[in-house]
Amino acid sequence: MFGAGGGTSSYLEVQEADVILLWGSNAREAHPIFFHHVLKALDSGSRMYAIDPRRTSSAKFADRWLGISVGTDIALANAMGREIIAAGLHDRDFIARATTGFEKYKAHVEVCTLDYAAQVTGVPAEAVRDMAHAYASAPTAQILWTLGITEHHNAVDNVVSLCNLALLTGHVGRRGSGLCPLRGQNNVQGGGDMGAIPNRFPGFQDLTDPTIRAKFEAVYRTQLNSVPGKHLTLMFEAMAAGELRACYVIGENPADSEADVAHARKLMADLDILVVQDIFMTRTAEMADVVLPASLAWAESDGTVTSSERRVQRVRAAVPPPGQARHDIDIIAELARRLGFDWGHPSAEDLWEELRSLSPMHGGMSWERLEASGGLQWPCTSEDDPGTEFLHDWLWADDLRGHAPAPFSITHHVPPAEQLSEEFPLRLTTGRALDSYNTGVQSRGYVSPIRYGDAIDVSPVDAATLGVVDGERVLVSSPRGSVEMDVRIQPDIPAGLTFTTFHFPELVDANVLTNDEWDRRSGTSEFKAAAIRITKLNSENSENSENGSKRPTNQASQANQDLERSREHAPA
Amino acid sequence: MSTTDTSDVTTDITTDTSDVTSEATTETSDVAETITETAVTITIDGRSVAVPEGATIGAACNAAGVNTPTLCWAENLTPVNVCRVCVVELEGSRALVPSCSRIAEQGMVIHTDTERVRHSRRMVLEFLGSSVDLSQTSDLHHWMDIYDADCDRYSEDDHDAKRVDEPVKIQDELYIRDYSKCVLCYKCVEACGDDAQHTFAIAVSGRGFDARISTEFDASLPDSACVYCGNCVAVCPTGALQFKTEYDLRQAEQWRPEDQTVTRTVCSYCGVGCNLELHVQDERIVKVTSPSDHSVTSGHLCIKGRFGWQYVHG
Repeated sequence: MFGAGGGTSSYLEVQEADVILLWGSNAREAHPIFFHHVLKALDSGSRMYAIDPRRTSSAKFADRWLGISVGTDIALANAMGREIIAAGLHDRDFIARATTGFEKYKAHVEVCTLDYAAQVTGVPAEAVRDMAHAYASAPTAQILWTLGITEHHNAVDNVVSLCNLALLTGHVGRRGSGLCPLRGQNNVQGGGDMGAIPNRFPGFQDLTDPTIRAKFEAVYRTQLNSVPGKHLTLMFEAMAAGELRACYVIGENPADSEADVAHARKLMADLDILVVQDIFMTRTAEMADVVLPASLAWAESDGTVTSSERRVQRVRAAVPPPGQARHDIDIIAELARRLGFDWGHPSAEDLWEELRSLSPMHGGMSWERLEASGGLQWPCTSEDDPGTEFLHDWLWADDLRGHAPAPFSITHHVPPAEQLSEEFPLRLTTGRALDSYNTGVQSRGYVSPIRYGDAIDVSPVDAATLGVVDGERVLVSSPRGSVEMDVRIQPDIPAGLTFTTFHFPELVDANVLTNDEWDRRSGTSEFKAAAIRITKLNSENSENSENGSKRPTNQASQANQDLERSREHAPA
Repeated sequence: MSTTDTSDVTTDITTDTSDVTSEATTETSDVAETITETAVTITIDGRSVAVPEGATIGAACNAAGVNTPTLCWAENLTPVNVCRVCVVELEGSRALVPSCSRIAEQGMVIHTDTERVRHSRRMVLEFLGSSVDLSQTSDLHHWMDIYDADCDRYSEDDHDAKRVDEPVKIQDELYIRDYSKCVLCYKCVEACGDDAQHTFAIAVSGRGFDARISTEFDASLPDSACVYCGNCVAVCPTGALQFKTEYDLRQAEQWRPEDQTVTRTVCSYCGVGCNLELHVQDERIVKVTSPSDHSVTSGHLCIKGRFGWQYVHG
């Protein structure tokens, strides 16, 4: 945001935020140790608003839970903006000095009254007003969000709607105030920082800028393609169009994780060649023509990862990799050698030193400093630079230190791509559970006593209407397919909404249901909003409901043993 | 002690108590200046020691190089001063004071090795040692020797001192509870409560000799509020709470800390970036902890970070 791809604040700063908006994030389960910092803030008197369709375990710690209808975040944010302006709580000096487009924004949100917000979002007008006033009046305030904001067809509009609120109130660019997306994987921040984005070199440098490209070409000793590549979602579209015929997948399990996963599997099955490099025989690896077994990036290899607070930290080898598994760097270098390029045997340190010679924001992070410290936060441009605790302090400089002012964005509420219908009358949203993780590749390796599997959470009201009981096996269908699931009746979910995790694809193929409509700017699919119906299974098929739902742990454990065997015997 | 020495001590303390952040270099020096202005000077065993305002007598003892035994204190928890092992003599105070929690005040005169202190520490260690199993409590035997503690002296020919003797509670593969080792130091209660996890799954139930750490209504762990973060296990000083991996190895007489390496890395799950310390024995991870001085975790982890590594070995 504002020209840098990272959260603006450090974790410790959230402890100093007087008001916290936790928006589309169940950090208590998905980012538990970050949530410890939030809890410290709450203990010292900070006020938290949780904006989430479900009354999550995070929302239970909040002063107020705003049970927003799925996919109406922009309406809520714009109404907050309108209320802040109408009440005169916006920061006029900050807006005049550091922003552009305020008058247009003001005119645009004028129609987004509290009543409008209540009607569209389902959040009572008084609660919207309370949150708007608390946020705008607080000395320091942060907005924290996760996939509840970004897994929508209008993800980028959702994000910039939240940025508008920070610009309106000056809650960015200073200590304690900020905008923080919490990253879902241990190195998703680092992946982006290192240039695993179609139009960026490492350090978010523009691929299309000839000066930048020349700098990389000089070090890489080759000519680089100036045309931005494709992100994951576009790759699948290219597969569908027959333009993309070969795929090399490293550490990703799209055969389980993609929205409308049955369609994704078909596209991958039709490829001329699929190469998968992973630590386990994932479902994607099972489809591959060639599998390259990799060592664990965090316990069997040296390297770095970057966290949600832009902190680059060392990962280190502690145990030897099993069998023929090799460091990702070794595999790639060997592949290059067979393709005719001798890159030698670079170490993680060699590659890091090359990276920091090319990426100014990492320039001051010597391997030695990373080795010695508890991590360094970018930007860190020279060896005497301690790193950056929070971004964009230039917003508070009289001359903005040469930066262009930050623009307000105009965003429109657009409902989820898939509307509810008579045929599919219930909303399905997906998310994560505390003890499991993504498609379960790692988390199924241990037996958690609190694991309940991929049940479908249904409100007591809907359960009564459907005539289903807790633990009953039902058929769940969306326009893309059907899966059998166990019902879990949940008082913390409103009527009309259902929820599932997707951690046990070997038991429940939950992503068969999800919608692959996606945001054209971010490439993210709308996992958070599918339309479904729930059908009772006829009696001869419902043995499980008689016996109660099976605990998935044993099956998961068995599945893991299967995977373990595959790992040991993974082909070279 | 010269002025120069005092300022060195002050700087050391500041560094020790500050979080490990990338700003350490600049921030620490700023803070040090501020704290030097508000330092308090106390005397410990005849030595003058300056510490930042708000520091405990225990921190001052550390700065003065005086080791103090403790069971219930940890740098990532609020002091509860229940174990009484760390008491020291404060001139002018009727009772001995707990060094872990008593804040240093200007001009205090402290004695850590008087007969009164030694006697008190010996008695506390003997009472604990006579009633529970301290065999796996790290560092304590050293203090038992120093204070000549004899944990058997309350037993006589015709009767033994009363001991807590309960079967080990094993309910799952993540951690075990052996309350015949529990000294009721409250660390687990604090870590589960508002010092870290805010789950409040455990508290002390019962009274007197029957007091035990318990879940609500003694519910089994999976039926309690427990979310298996293992932060209670990480702070337990006696082995009353123990990771199942460690317990199994100890049962097989294969737990060999001297053969273990500890490697610092980052958790493989979400994007928070929790630092892990992988304790490895015979090329296998046997335990996972987190450094208590790291700004991200303060030593605390979630169930995935603490137990989710098992896929490494299958």
